[in-house]
Amino acid sequence: MVTFTLNGQERTFDGDPDTPLLWVIRDFEKLTGTKYGCGVAQCGACTVHLDGMTRRSCITPISTVDGSEVITIEGIEGPEAKAVQAAWVAIDVPQCGYCQSGQIMSAVALLQVTPKPSDADIDGAMAGNLCRCATYHRIRQAIHNAADAMEG
Amino acid sequence: MTLQQISSTRRAFLAGSGLIIGLALAPRLSAFAAPKGVQAGGEDALTALNAFVKIGTDDTVTVLSKHIEFGQGPFTGLATLVAEELDADWSQMRAVHSPADDKIYANLAFGLQGTGGSTSIGNSYEQLRKAGATARAMLVAAAAEEWGVPAGEITVEKGRIKHTASGKESGFGALTVKAATQTPPENPKLKDPSQFVLIGQELPKLDTVGKTNGTAIFTLDIATDDMLIAVVAHPDHFGASLKSFDDSDARKVKGVIDVKQVPQGIAVYADNTYSALKGRDSLKIEWDLSKAETRSSKELEADYAKKFAEMGLKATNNGDVETAFGKEGVQTIEAELVFPFLAHAPMEPLDAVFMKAADGSLDVYTGAQFPGMDLMTAAKIVGLDPSKVRVNTQLTGGSFGRKAQFGSPYMQEAASVYAATDGTRPVKHMWTREDDIRGGFYRPMYAHKMRGAIDAEGRIVAWDQVIVGQSIMGKADLDETSVEGASNLPYVIPNLRVTSHNVALVVPPLWWRSVGHTHTGFAVETFVDELLQKVGKDPVEGRLALLTNEPRHMGTLKKVAEMADWGSTVPDGRSRGVAVVKSFGTYVAQIVEISTGDDGAPRVHKVWCAVDCGVAINPNVIKAQMEGGIGYGLGAVLFDAVTLGDGGKIMQSNFHDYRSLRINEMPAVDVAVIASTEKPTGVGEPGVPPIGPAVANAWRRLTGSPVRRLPIVNIVTS
Repeated sequence: MVTFTLNGQERTFDGDPDTPLLWVIRDFEKLTGTKYGCGVAQCGACTVHLDGMTRRSCITPISTVDGSEVITIEGIEGPEAKAVQAAWVAIDVPQCGYCQSGQIMSAVALLQVTPKPSDADIDGAMAGNLCRCATYHRIRQAIHNAADAMEG
Repeated sequence: MTLQQISSTRRAFLAGSGLIIGLALAPRLSAFAAPKGVQAGGEDALTALNAFVKIGTDDTVTVLSKHIEFGQGPFTGLATLVAEELDADWSQMRAVHSPADDKIYANLAFGLQGTGGSTSIGNSYEQLRKAGATARAMLVAAAAEEWGVPAGEITVEKGRIKHTASGKESGFGALTVKAATQTPPENPKLKDPSQFVLIGQELPKLDTVGKTNGTAIFTLDIATDDMLIAVVAHPDHFGASLKSFDDSDARKVKGVIDVKQVPQGIAVYADNTYSALKGRDSLKIEWDLSKAETRSSKELEADYAKKFAEMGLKATNNGDVETAFGKEGVQTIEAELVFPFLAHAPMEPLDAVFMKAADGSLDVYTGAQFPGMDLMTAAKIVGLDPSKVRVNTQLTGGSFGRKAQFGSPYMQEAASVYAATDGTRPVKHMWTREDDIRGGFYRPMYAHKMRGAIDAEGRIVAWDQVIVGQSIMGKADLDETSVEGASNLPYVIPNLRVTSHNVALVVPPLWWRSVGHTHTGFAVETFVDELLQKVGKDPVEGRLALLTNEPRHMGTLKKVAEMADWGSTVPDGRSRGVAVVKSFGTYVAQIVEISTGDDGAPRVHKVWCAVDCGVAINPNVIKAQMEGGIGYGLGAVLFDAVTLGDGGKIMQSNFHDYRSLRINEMPAVDVAVIASTEKPTGVGEPGVPPIGPAVANAWRRLTGSPVRRLPIVNIVTS
């Protein structure tokens, strides 16, 4: 039996302990904002926050999550999340949108640690999140805009 | 008829039919939670004014998009067309996918419902404006009746219907029920473009908010408590078939419910995704390779090159090429190019959900690019009359051509997986990334042989291009999609010959974002650049001198040169390249600035892009498609190939060996949209073709090495 908190609520899981956190979130908790894209931590569509850090949930066995705090796109809050989501909307970042939950989880985590990121900081924090629509140009702009909005 | 030609004879305006078929979802067979998903056609409480427009009593206007929304923007674009003629306020507009119907919702360029060839806006431009104008006229007629005033005295602006003399005023919602009973006008008057209020504005996209908070629902997100998750084990050779399998270990995996053989492989059904994947991993399968493709990519390449010596199918034959090459004093330049197989790799791998209703009918949820074809395919395989099947198109995580397949081979697999069950439980069939990368339907492998002739005066007097590759359309004779962009070479060269050879492989081919232009654009634009360099001409000026009959090519090229301040000093260690390609009726010119990256491959710093797509419906969406097309094309040109190894085994499997451009590799992009009154054309694909040749041209000028083989990373690492 694994016990963890998901978006602030205590949850338990008593299935196969090897089950990746991604499928626990999607199949058992029915929170579908976190996406499957590759299953091997190459695309970042499954990015969640685990104890405040970004984590690729597709390669994270649920057994390792015992006692941890998991936040998904449905549960992010705080000034960074608000600023990032508002910045995303303001310049219409998403195209197909499938990767964007993961992009936003990574961007929020970046701003929580680095409130005023440089382009290099953005590259470092976001290079693990693929976007096949290549909305990267706007992702970069939106992160800068979110940082500016928080500062202002 | 090619995909991009819009036949005016098919411009039957189908709005005004009053009711929409197939809207209501029949009650589910099982009594579990309702599916989490978006129904085609919108909320039933809305009143349909015609096949494309429904208006709610809450004043919302919902546009039924006959085109799938997978990021290219039809929800926003089609809603803009309706809102313009309806005189709606943008804040009241919504969009959903229409039901599947090959007649009512036909793409007027195809004659059946489908999204592709960058036609969504072009074929809908008049139709959706008429739908908006029809709805407007019905609302006005309803208001006139309600208020007892002449319809001619009623005005509509930003969603408000007004009669000034009497002071009467209403929103749309209060009149929608009465409006639906009015006789729709047959030929409502459309606005002159000078009257446009919304068209041409950078209106916010309708699908953005749900895509930033996790609430947007894709097919993979549709779930019920009793749903089976199914994955299929496929062979790793094309053309392989099943010899034998042992599922005893798979059946022992907790959560695995069943294992079945389907025509495409072995299906594993489970209560949850992880159990299905673990069950699939536990299968022991022997494949029969006797009919498989056992040649490697290298062997295929050698076989393709043999075709260069034979006369191919003639696509273009102007002047007398052989005589021109034989003339005294003529210098011949040659190049042979090789293009690899490319996977589309949309972020959301292929998936579909099947749910039987209490009356025995079936709901299918999927990213349907050809919904009618998917419907007929599912009906046939499941054994239902097509009238008993509803295809509910969902928001879809990309496609780039992957989900538009004649004969719906993906749906054949998914429906076979569902049909192999007793049908009582909903089934979600999904592909993994490995299934996707190894699943075929690639942009085919191509080889080109180019010959150019330069006369003693330094003029390009002859061009001979041979293209070898699979026919995407499965043709024995000339396939236009193999030669488009080359056979209609925009440059004035007196002797022009373009021929092609169709090669038959068991590797299934498919169109990939910009189709033939993916390779012809590269071949034409790198070769013309080499010829111009040979004769000492500037890449921009030299092109302009050869584009005398092509004002829109010239317009984009001049604009992009101005944006980039072409001819200005480029920083040390950097180089610039240019390309201009017309595809799907849209003209795109790009200039890139590159250097050599730390890994020895081109590092693209900046891209300037000018696009002429006729009337710009939403310049922000157009810019986004150019940015995305540049990133998508650049990733492929730099990194991507699906290769067959010795014995024909597929060598790639996931994003670690089928690279995608990452944010640190994305150049800054500056896009200009050329003002135009020409009919609007598409933007989903045309941003792709110029980026590869522009980078290759800059690379050749930087290093002296022409790029003859893609991806570029193979040149610098081999």
